[in-house]
Amino acid sequence: MAGIETGSQGIGAAVRRNEDQRFLDGKGEYLADLQFPGMLDVVFLRSPVAHARIKSVEIPAVRRGSVFLANDIANARPIVADGATPGFKHSEYPALARGKIRFVGEMIAICIAPTRAEAEDIAQSCVLDLEELPAVWDIDVALASDAPLVHDHWTDNIFVETSIKAGDLDRVRSQAEVVVHKTSCMGRHAGVSLEGRGVLARYDRRMDELVVYSSTQFPHVIRSILAQSLSIPETKLRVVAPDVGGGFGIKNNFHPEELAVAALAINLARPLRWIEDRREHLIASPHAREHRYDVTAYADRAGRILGLSSTVTVDAGAYSVWPWTASMEAGMSAGIMTGPYDIPVYHGRAVTVCTNKSPLGPYRGVGRSGACFAIETMIDAVARAVGRDPFDVRLENMVPSSAMPYRSATGKLYDSGDYPACARQAIATIDVAAVRERQARGETDGRLIGVGMASYTEQSAHGTAEWVARGLPVVFGYEPALARFTPDGKLVLYVGIQNHGQGLETTLAQVAHQELGVPVSEVVVRHGDSSMCPYGMGTFASRSMTMAGGAVSVACRELAGKIKRIGAHLLQAPVDLVKLGGGAVSFGQKEVRLREIADAAFLHPERLPVGEEPGLESYAVYQPELSTGAFSYASHACVVAVDPGIGAIELLDYVVCHDCGTMVNPLIVEGQVVGGVAQGIGTALYEEICYDSNGQPLASTFLDYMLPGAAEVPDVRVLHIETPSPHTRLGIKGMGEGGAIAPPAAVVNAINDALCRLGAEIAQTPVKPERVLAAIAQAQNAARS
Amino acid sequence: MKPAAFSYHRAASIDDAVNVLASAGGMARALAGGQSLMPMLNLRLAPLEILVDLGYLAELRQCAEQVNSVRYGTLVTHAAFEDRRVPDASNGLMPHVATRIAYRAVRNRGTIGGSIALADPAADWLPTLIALRAEITLAGPRGRRTVAVPDFVVGAYTTALQDDELIEAITVPRQSKSEKWGYYKVAPKAGEYAKSLAIVLLNVPGGSACVILGAVDGAPLRLPATALAALDGADEAALARATRAELMASGRDFSGIKLTLHTTTVVRAIMDARAK
Repeated sequence: MAGIETGSQGIGAAVRRNEDQRFLDGKGEYLADLQFPGMLDVVFLRSPVAHARIKSVEIPAVRRGSVFLANDIANARPIVADGATPGFKHSEYPALARGKIRFVGEMIAICIAPTRAEAEDIAQSCVLDLEELPAVWDIDVALASDAPLVHDHWTDNIFVETSIKAGDLDRVRSQAEVVVHKTSCMGRHAGVSLEGRGVLARYDRRMDELVVYSSTQFPHVIRSILAQSLSIPETKLRVVAPDVGGGFGIKNNFHPEELAVAALAINLARPLRWIEDRREHLIASPHAREHRYDVTAYADRAGRILGLSSTVTVDAGAYSVWPWTASMEAGMSAGIMTGPYDIPVYHGRAVTVCTNKSPLGPYRGVGRSGACFAIETMIDAVARAVGRDPFDVRLENMVPSSAMPYRSATGKLYDSGDYPACARQAIATIDVAAVRERQARGETDGRLIGVGMASYTEQSAHGTAEWVARGLPVVFGYEPALARFTPDGKLVLYVGIQNHGQGLETTLAQVAHQELGVPVSEVVVRHGDSSMCPYGMGTFASRSMTMAGGAVSVACRELAGKIKRIGAHLLQAPVDLVKLGGGAVSFGQKEVRLREIADAAFLHPERLPVGEEPGLESYAVYQPELSTGAFSYASHACVVAVDPGIGAIELLDYVVCHDCGTMVNPLIVEGQVVGGVAQGIGTALYEEICYDSNGQPLASTFLDYMLPGAAEVPDVRVLHIETPSPHTRLGIKGMGEGGAIAPPAAVVNAINDALCRLGAEIAQTPVKPERVLAAIAQAQNAARS
Repeated sequence: MKPAAFSYHRAASIDDAVNVLASAGGMARALAGGQSLMPMLNLRLAPLEILVDLGYLAELRQCAEQVNSVRYGTLVTHAAFEDRRVPDASNGLMPHVATRIAYRAVRNRGTIGGSIALADPAADWLPTLIALRAEITLAGPRGRRTVAVPDFVVGAYTTALQDDELIEAITVPRQSKSEKWGYYKVAPKAGEYAKSLAIVLLNVPGGSACVILGAVDGAPLRLPATALAALDGADEAALARATRAELMASGRDFSGIKLTLHTTTVVRAIMDARAK
């Protein structure tokens, strides 16, 4: 760390967030707050059916000029996100459907009017003549030999299939004393952000550029792909993300809505905006999860897992999302399947299936939530099979700290930490022994108590090597920072990340404070505007603090050198004896304030040392020394009460013990963990969009789509371990997603611990009450027969 | 979603409201608290030409205490019951039911009349009012008529209310002091519609009992045999057998899971009444 007296504001300080002032005062500015003269509202006419050929779209004569079809935005090239894996099938995702419709909610036409209500009237007045085709509404339907094809030029409905083979599985099979086979699945759900998606495009005549405002997590990258899709130079395109009310990965895609609105705004030369409503968000924004697992564990009689084979099958929906591609979920899941365990032999298959559903995209915990669910429920199943406590079996299978750094069977390099110590802390804090006693006593209300646990290791802040290995269209290897003083001595950080709830306007200021001693509350962080900030990749994949934090640190360290040189010169002191801190450079009792140094740098170059360049700014790009990712890890443990009469589940206690390396701000870290757990509880118990056999989504409002609320999320107890990453500047590891990874596994393990007295077992999320009742009924029937 | 265009009529009197409803040929809707109707309009699920706003008719918020009953105006909100701002004829059952309806924000605006007019099978007031032997006063172009609640509910979202009628008041008989009530509701999470809902009235000294099951994909179901078993002091296991048998004989098509769920709900509501 730099030689700065940081007081209570630097790295590790629990500073309150700078940005909260505007959010709590209602002064945030979101997409729907933007107003431009002559702006029209856009409503998309979306497909009411899952699979059909479009015969015609009849537009009432009076509505001509207000309704636009694919041919009207011929300047918009279809979105192509083909993976580099051999055999990955090519598909095109058009901004507006051409010829064929592939999911309920796919866009067919753009309707514009002065208000949203009028635009909806126009959409309702259009008549669709559709030739309906059988819906490919489910993985089994998609994989049937006579299945209708979602993409007519394909030979089947599989985007891609990949496999990993590490070690000799045949040998393990012959050695294993215990073989446990298990299938499990996670339901499909939406990634619900408080603010939906939205895009506004207007032409700026003076700059001769299109300005696109989008509620996005990565405005710079959107500029690149949008320019490419519209065949315009990036110099003629500015993309701005205003305040964004949550993203969680959903706003980390290039959406056809962005393309359609931008293309039409160019053609009409009018400001157009689209504000997603909740119904569109549930039906037509990129979906999350829907994984199926078929896993076999080969173990010895103590429950030590010698080898694992698994197949993950993912329902990726109708199209491949840019830039992640359709296979991201299955690929990531298969790649991290062995989790924090020392399982030397692993064979994994990953199958990505195409169906008539809204495309699957990234959602907090991408892939790993499913992998964690599969391996962690398997650990419990193995423990039951060998008649041992799952907590003991779990600890014995974990990668020991003595093995760090550890290379997993899938080639991941786990850089640091003590996984068993973390797990033991969680076990001690949830007090498994006390729960076991309570279980032995029984409950007066007839409920069954269960305790469960799940651990994971999370690849975060992965850089160039990882993204190249995945074969994506873009490699997200670095982040920039421009640290620039104003002549009155205040610091502005210009960064390429996009803060949408992570507290980055505060934590990046804390890093600057660490290097320069400037007060955190006075540092301004600018982001989210491609014309203002240096090109960066945005905020996703638990990367921003590691990457942008590193860049800010490098840039500010460089600035600190210059500040000291100028300060020393002004003080007539030797540069290696001056100190920077408290807003000044000092030498003994003498000091010169930052304000005077900045004044000299910008407005009085005659006061600078000979050869010192005027100005006070520094631009740095940071990429971690090792670009395969910094591995955070955690153990979650929880206690549930299952009511066998009604199938209801109550979370009685929830503990997270985690290690994300150096914590820049423990308050923010804790908030991120708890928020992630709340979303993970949604995956575990509540959130689901089922489809019927016509491919109709069965949850399209919050009446049918359950989200956990204040009454459903327990007080999460968070314990921190700090093992700095050896490979990142400041030792920071990513942690934004982690909270959401383990809850499905931990909660289901706890439920199964409760249900095992009835011989029942759950293997599907969300664990809705009817699924609990069905599992109990099945166990009772099995016992009778 | 935003609603399709409609015209808005602020009713000046009950007669005025009835006249507008009668002249709209089925394309008018009366607006009470709007907690279901407004979302349905926004989703364009309720075709409508005229919205007749009853909200300014103070008489529809009135309550009248009578010797043997309390008459509640149709616009009395769930929150008014919850806060006991209106007289209670039900030994505390109605205030208790009100506290479990949706969220406080919904209860502040949602009304008892609006709820029963919609007749959502998963909603709370219909089974409660059936158990309490309430009567509903309807106002229409042919004057007033009074119907018992079981005659009012035809099925899910279907009632005896004609297009040109509105609910004026609900009259609840004062319940015997020796009567105990029981209530049990299962919802997927706090504030959601019921998956199962049972209301039990048990008057052991008076020798009467009533068990009503709601959230059953149709009008609420009366379970008289189970009520008798409850009165006879049957234990939990016997009550469960009686409930299950009665549900299976009810003519409704319950899945095995629903049978378990509803049986639990009914038994727990009976035990709740017995514990009072």
